[in-house]
Amino acid sequence: MYKATINVTLKKSVLDPQGKTVLHALGTLGFEEAKDIRVGKFFEVTLDAASPEKAESRIRDMCDRLLTNPVIEDYSFDLKKS
Amino acid sequence: MKAAVIVFPGSNCDTDCAHALSDIMKMRVEFVWHKESTLPDVDLVVLPGGFSYGDYLRTGAIARFSPVMQAVAKHADDGRPLIGICNGFQVLLEAGLLPGAMLRNRSISFVCKHVWVRVEDTDTVFTRKIDKGATLSIPIAHGEGNYTCDDDTFNRLQDESRIVFRYASKNGETDDQHNPNGSRDHIAGIINEKRNVLGMMPHPERASETILSSPDGRGIWESLL
Amino acid sequence: MTMTALPKKITPEMIASHGITTEEYQKICDILGREPNFTELGIFSVMWSEHCSYKNSKLVLKLFPTEGPHLLVKAGEENAGIVDIGDGLAICFKIESHNHPSAIEPFQGAATGVGGILRDIFTMGARPVLLMNSLRFGLLDNAQSRRLVSGVVQGIGHYGNCIGVPTIGGEVAFHESYEGNPLVNAMALGIVKTTDIVKGKAAGVGNPVYYVGAATGRDGLGGAAFASKELSEESTADRPAVQVGDPFLEKLLMEACLELIHTDALVGMQDMGAAGLTCSTCETAARGNTGIEIDIAKVPRRETGMTSYEVMLSESQERMLIIAQKGKEKTIDDIFEKWDLHAVKIGHVAEGSGMLVKDGDQVVADIPAKALVDEGPIYKREKEKPAYLREAQQLDLKSIAEPADYGKVLKQLLAHPTIASKQWVWEQYDHMVRTDTVFYPGHDAALIRVKGTKKGIAVSTDCNGLYCYLDPHEGGKIAVAEAARNVACTGAVPLAITNCLNFGNPMKPDVFWQFYEAVTGMVAACKALDTPVTGGNVSLYNENPAGAIFPTPTVGMVGLLDDIEKRVPSFFQRDGDLIFLAGDTFNEIGGSHYLMAVHGLQRGLPPRLNLESAVALQKFLIESAALGITASCHDTAEGGLAVALAECCFNPASFMGARVDSLDLLRPSASSNETLREDALFFGESQSRVVLSVRPKSKEGIIRVAQKHGVPIYPLGTVGGTRLVIDDKIDVEVPEIADIFNNVIRKKMEQ
Repeated sequence: MYKATINVTLKKSVLDPQGKTVLHALGTLGFEEAKDIRVGKFFEVTLDAASPEKAESRIRDMCDRLLTNPVIEDYSFDLKKS
Repeated sequence: MKAAVIVFPGSNCDTDCAHALSDIMKMRVEFVWHKESTLPDVDLVVLPGGFSYGDYLRTGAIARFSPVMQAVAKHADDGRPLIGICNGFQVLLEAGLLPGAMLRNRSISFVCKHVWVRVEDTDTVFTRKIDKGATLSIPIAHGEGNYTCDDDTFNRLQDESRIVFRYASKNGETDDQHNPNGSRDHIAGIINEKRNVLGMMPHPERASETILSSPDGRGIWESLL
Repeated sequence: MTMTALPKKITPEMIASHGITTEEYQKICDILGREPNFTELGIFSVMWSEHCSYKNSKLVLKLFPTEGPHLLVKAGEENAGIVDIGDGLAICFKIESHNHPSAIEPFQGAATGVGGILRDIFTMGARPVLLMNSLRFGLLDNAQSRRLVSGVVQGIGHYGNCIGVPTIGGEVAFHESYEGNPLVNAMALGIVKTTDIVKGKAAGVGNPVYYVGAATGRDGLGGAAFASKELSEESTADRPAVQVGDPFLEKLLMEACLELIHTDALVGMQDMGAAGLTCSTCETAARGNTGIEIDIAKVPRRETGMTSYEVMLSESQERMLIIAQKGKEKTIDDIFEKWDLHAVKIGHVAEGSGMLVKDGDQVVADIPAKALVDEGPIYKREKEKPAYLREAQQLDLKSIAEPADYGKVLKQLLAHPTIASKQWVWEQYDHMVRTDTVFYPGHDAALIRVKGTKKGIAVSTDCNGLYCYLDPHEGGKIAVAEAARNVACTGAVPLAITNCLNFGNPMKPDVFWQFYEAVTGMVAACKALDTPVTGGNVSLYNENPAGAIFPTPTVGMVGLLDDIEKRVPSFFQRDGDLIFLAGDTFNEIGGSHYLMAVHGLQRGLPPRLNLESAVALQKFLIESAALGITASCHDTAEGGLAVALAECCFNPASFMGARVDSLDLLRPSASSNETLREDALFFGESQSRVVLSVRPKSKEGIIRVAQKHGVPIYPLGTVGGTRLVIDDKIDVEVPEIADIFNNVIRKKMEQ
């Protein structure tokens, strides 16, 4: 079994209204050192695969087809044997 | 005129659309459950608003994989009219039947209110009976209607006159104050290249009778007749 | 609360920690003829908690009138009352509190409050068509209050918007007494064909019992018991007791259940709300005078290692219990499979009257069902007039200086968040879905149409906590009468009420006195207005470290408009229309918003409500609306006549102006031995008054109808222009005051 931890963020070029609002809220709470926030999503996928390469390619497929919207989102992931 | 209203789990404007089309516009309307793989023989397909699959993951992201969506894509491919309203628009974007994507509203809050939309293009089956530049009072109700796309896409939409509706003031001026969600260039609705697939955030089915504050959405249904 | 094994022996500490007294424990032993096991102790503790048994309030609640010619299901019989509206249709409605969970986790607390009240409605076979909320928070200058407001509003929106039932307003008020203990009262209304009404009872020995909906987890464990305690500093540590809602799942559950009622497979249905599986099984059995047997090993679970105690007491959301017709199991299976939901047969209706709970082969609870439902303890609590009243009711009018600048006071009142527009709130709610909403939030009452008929249903929720604090009896009366007046303003006939009685700790005699007085006031008004109570709930123990909240008996009034085309909006409609005030004005500034906001005083006696005047006004409003002569009608409430006139100008379609130049006519109408104070005339809150507008041609007509019903009516002036001019005291631009009124909450929330 493998465990993939996937991080999804909005592309740098895409404005992030949630991140902007959270940044503003942090500012009002006195966390003025916070300069930028990007809100993203996090997935943990436990999967069965014959090899790490197979697992990686399946995770990529999942991300491309469902877990992310390539028009606005980027993703990265980390794969571990579990 | 026959229409099919697609019902996804979590659709909640399906009966509203059916009411407007059948009780008000006197079309023949059938509901089609998302697990169906074929469509009845209809002229118009409606993807209604709501929270398909709870809008979990991303709005419209899971609904696009419903079995019925292949038949819907085929209907569109055949050049027949397909309209996605609100969540239906989001499904069309996720399914790639229209370009671009939706972000959270600029305010990050859900917003429900009457807005004015300016009719940008009347060379479509959905707007052919409306005056170009007319402003319509139609409600919106969404948390993610902040339309975005890259510059190339935007330029194509612009050049090919595919921006059908923009948020505006009652007098037709577009500015930030009258843009309820922060969408790119005040876009409220766009159409595909073949000009038969319309996606729009405002709900014309909520503005098809005088008793509901505005009948301005009727022009869209009348254009289809 | 996670346990791997249950304790074998019941200790006095366990009994106490379940909120069970020594006498109650003895009663349990007598009922069972033995000591209970730990699971049974838990079952008794939730069923006999205030939340489920009303043990402290029942004797007082019995005073409410519950009879009426249109009532198809009466209060207490089922999950919600049902009222016949003709055309083969009935409405089913109820208001319920979710105060404690919302104080701890505002988003989920409010969201699950909405989810719970919706289940109460569709359990009866009715399709929910409207949601309202009555909310109370601390002042918006407090960051904690703003966090609660923002969380509660988002939570309500999240649930209602997703499930597709419009949230058409209600009320929101702000006062420091609610700091840390907000009130979140959610009301839902559904429509059902009279032939489709579903009962929550088990019947037919051998009929299968199904568990449908979400899987069971440890969330909300002991929620009913939690709602029966005061909030304290440690309450945040109770966080796991708060449930998490899934409106998408509930949407599926609702559609599946409403599909099921049209089949012959359904015998009874009951939602799993407070006290979850426990409450639904024993209540269905008790109502059906039968026994019930379930095997909790079959209950779908989200978590592993759950004990029988945890499964029986879990308050996981979006679950229902269904009693099916034996032999029709396939129908149930097919429908729930279509909607991708669990439907598991967990037991059957049994001989006798026991509730037998097994975990596989092992019996984990065996209790007479009626003992849990009907034989809970009932207490007559002590009541004592609170000491604060002697001082608080005093008000020396002579010591109150009349304002120098009335325009400034008007602006000050319009800027008070309790009076100001709640647009910031209701724009976050989908208030139009289902395309039935005829009057948007901001009107005196919400108004929806009933498709397929000419009818409309008007709903208003009301309560003035300060009035109830200063005089609970009068405050209770006014809550009912104001709600009825708001409904009648639209032209609808008030039919019945649901109520949510929010009070402090009933063990405190002064709190219990408030409760008793408020209820008797409501009873008097309900009887006079002929609006029986169809149900609701009681929320006690609403206290924060500073003491009890203002007594807040929220009323949800439902009215019927026979012809929706005869509806009357709250706003002025066209220039040239004539403005009238119906009802008399007295020297009543005690307990007023004016006194609080301008003079910093929360004292005096609140205005008196004359029930005969209230009834007469109501008849006048209904008849003049039916005759089609009323162009607009708006109730005068907080802020008095001046605020009411301003609100009439804020027509969302297009602001209207008004010139009011005959106030002199009102001045002698004060009781003869004293002259009417100017501030009482402008801002006093005398009851049973409305501001109307009519077309000039209807002038005689409206006066005639008013006189017919013995309602005093005074011409005030004319609609028109862009300014609101009242006498020589107020002259303001309408867009300017509208901007204050519409944006103050937004500005405060965004600070």
